[in-house]
Amino acid sequence: MNLFNLLKIALKSIGNNKFRSFLSMLGIIIGVAAVIIMMAIGQGSKEDIRKNISKMGTNVIMIRPGADMMGGVRQDPSAMQTLKQADYENILSDRRYVTKVSPEVNTSGQAIYGANNTSTTIYGESPEYLDIKQWTIDEGDMFSDEDVKTSAKVCVVGTTIVKDLFGENFDPAEAVGKIIRFKSIPFRILGVLASKGYNTWGMDQDNVIIAPYTTVMKRLLAQTWFNSIQCSAISEEMTDQAIDELTASLRETHKLKDGQDDDFTIRSQQEMMETMSSTMDTITIILVVAAAFSLLVAGIGIMNIMLVSVTERTKEIGLRMSVGARGIDISMQFLIESILISVTGGLLGIVTGWLATLVCHQVGLPASVPAWSIVVSFAVCTFIGVAFGFFPAQKAANMDPIEAIRYE
Amino acid sequence: MIMGKTVIELHDIKRDFKVGDETVHALRGVSFTISEGEFVTIQGTSGSGKSTLLNQLGCLDTPTSGTYLLDGIDVSKMSKNQRAKIRNRKIGFVFQNYNLLPKTTAVENVELPLMYNSTYSARERREAAIEALKAVGLEKRMNHKSNQMSGGQMQRVAIARALVNNPAVILADEATGNLDTRTSFEMLVLFQKLHAEGRTIIFVTHNPEIANYASRNIFLRDGRICEDTFNECILSAREALDALPIEN
Repeated sequence: MNLFNLLKIALKSIGNNKFRSFLSMLGIIIGVAAVIIMMAIGQGSKEDIRKNISKMGTNVIMIRPGADMMGGVRQDPSAMQTLKQADYENILSDRRYVTKVSPEVNTSGQAIYGANNTSTTIYGESPEYLDIKQWTIDEGDMFSDEDVKTSAKVCVVGTTIVKDLFGENFDPAEAVGKIIRFKSIPFRILGVLASKGYNTWGMDQDNVIIAPYTTVMKRLLAQTWFNSIQCSAISEEMTDQAIDELTASLRETHKLKDGQDDDFTIRSQQEMMETMSSTMDTITIILVVAAAFSLLVAGIGIMNIMLVSVTERTKEIGLRMSVGARGIDISMQFLIESILISVTGGLLGIVTGWLATLVCHQVGLPASVPAWSIVVSFAVCTFIGVAFGFFPAQKAANMDPIEAIRYE
Repeated sequence: MIMGKTVIELHDIKRDFKVGDETVHALRGVSFTISEGEFVTIQGTSGSGKSTLLNQLGCLDTPTSGTYLLDGIDVSKMSKNQRAKIRNRKIGFVFQNYNLLPKTTAVENVELPLMYNSTYSARERREAAIEALKAVGLEKRMNHKSNQMSGGQMQRVAIARALVNNPAVILADEATGNLDTRTSFEMLVLFQKLHAEGRTIIFVTHNPEIANYASRNIFLRDGRICEDTFNECILSAREALDALPIEN
């Protein structure tokens, strides 16, 4: 019996029991659709997070002081005073893979203009900071290196600051040149940053004041160290080389010997992205495994229906055997039927899953169907058809034609 | 009567079944030969070993001992798959309850044995099926489904199915058992026609009337042949059919 005839027989048998076949298909449809949707949402969220992080600059590298031991007690890294002006200058002097560098100091407090005030954070940075963060100025200008040198009392502000201090409908262009006060120090606004909204962690990125780092260090905090140094690598791919370069530079200025541990930590945005991605991967795997169990149940459903079908068609099996069907012919007939049910169910499931993904998109859930998930679902369905069809097919093939033909 | 070549040759066929601790001797040594073109009935009461003998003749079962030559081939020690092939090529079965595939047309039912014979192409299969349906007088109902036919028509389809592979022997198992008298005679007319065309037919039945229309009658009792007679005056089923009162 050739494959074409077997397919014809299987199709006919499915056609004779449309509703029953559809019900056993339904399990597969739901299972596959669930797997596809879970994979799509997992993949979509991952891409979404990636996009958000890369908006913050994928080549950003952050240097923080490392936790040091003091008399056997590990210290809070933020209290470390190890990042100094000398480190910054050394990085600047021989930078190759690092393009932009900005030391960072920050402090929170109240900003005041006239009768209005708001709670905010002031960041002391170098002018290169905007390039690192890929932020842009909407109105006015960034402060200059000259302002850094002279610790000028100037700043650029985010749009939230403008709203809070000057009123909801105040034109940001009017804010340029106004003088606001932060911890009783007057700052002249040089520019207003383009609005960036909230970041992934729900922080308002527009509620910032950026001033020359020298101004913040000397006039506000009276400290000589940096909280961190922000850098950017030439490109995302060069991040590792840039990190090596920064490590070497810092070890030199910190006079660390070969065996000693770094007294600073360097983290790249890329690393964070990978951490986030792997977290998402874990969640996706858990979801997909849960969905896969529904596929297993669907497979058992197919096996059940095939067993019923074999018993019900005992007479037909007896007849086929008596006119010359071998065991293998009979088992192939039932195997192809179960494969047909599961693969058709799989295809319908893929279409259903894909449509559901489109719906997810409409309601704003990030979802994108990975191509390999379709291939995998299809393969899994064929496997289910074979695995769960095998036992019923074997049962049919092993029937005794004499008993089968007289079965009532 | 001119005897053709030997189609079936049984030598001391024995078949035992184990039922619990007991051994049941269904066939206790059966020997006979059937030549080409014979119309043989095998009769006997239930428990006489009729069905067991039929299973042997049909290559559905193998004997405990003895040899069975079908068309010159020893089938008594064949494997399951070999016997399936022999059944496919050498034997045509006609069952009491027709055993047609449900929701399937007459022509597709007749094609069934050839589906398991890879030497036939789809077109040859269809042509052979149509030929067989013509031989049983059903050329007008080829595309009727099995549930749209009367008992007599279904049995004709079943006979066509037994003819389609041009078998060495047609094995009919109570082929008229489910039919009314008139239709039974119609079937006998058909069997006699096939017999006249030179087919070898073995008709297993417990209806002694049928013996009158066959060329030879074998009687079984307790697993042995108790009588084996050639019928000197074969009655015509056609005449018997015409003599039947017409009912409405």
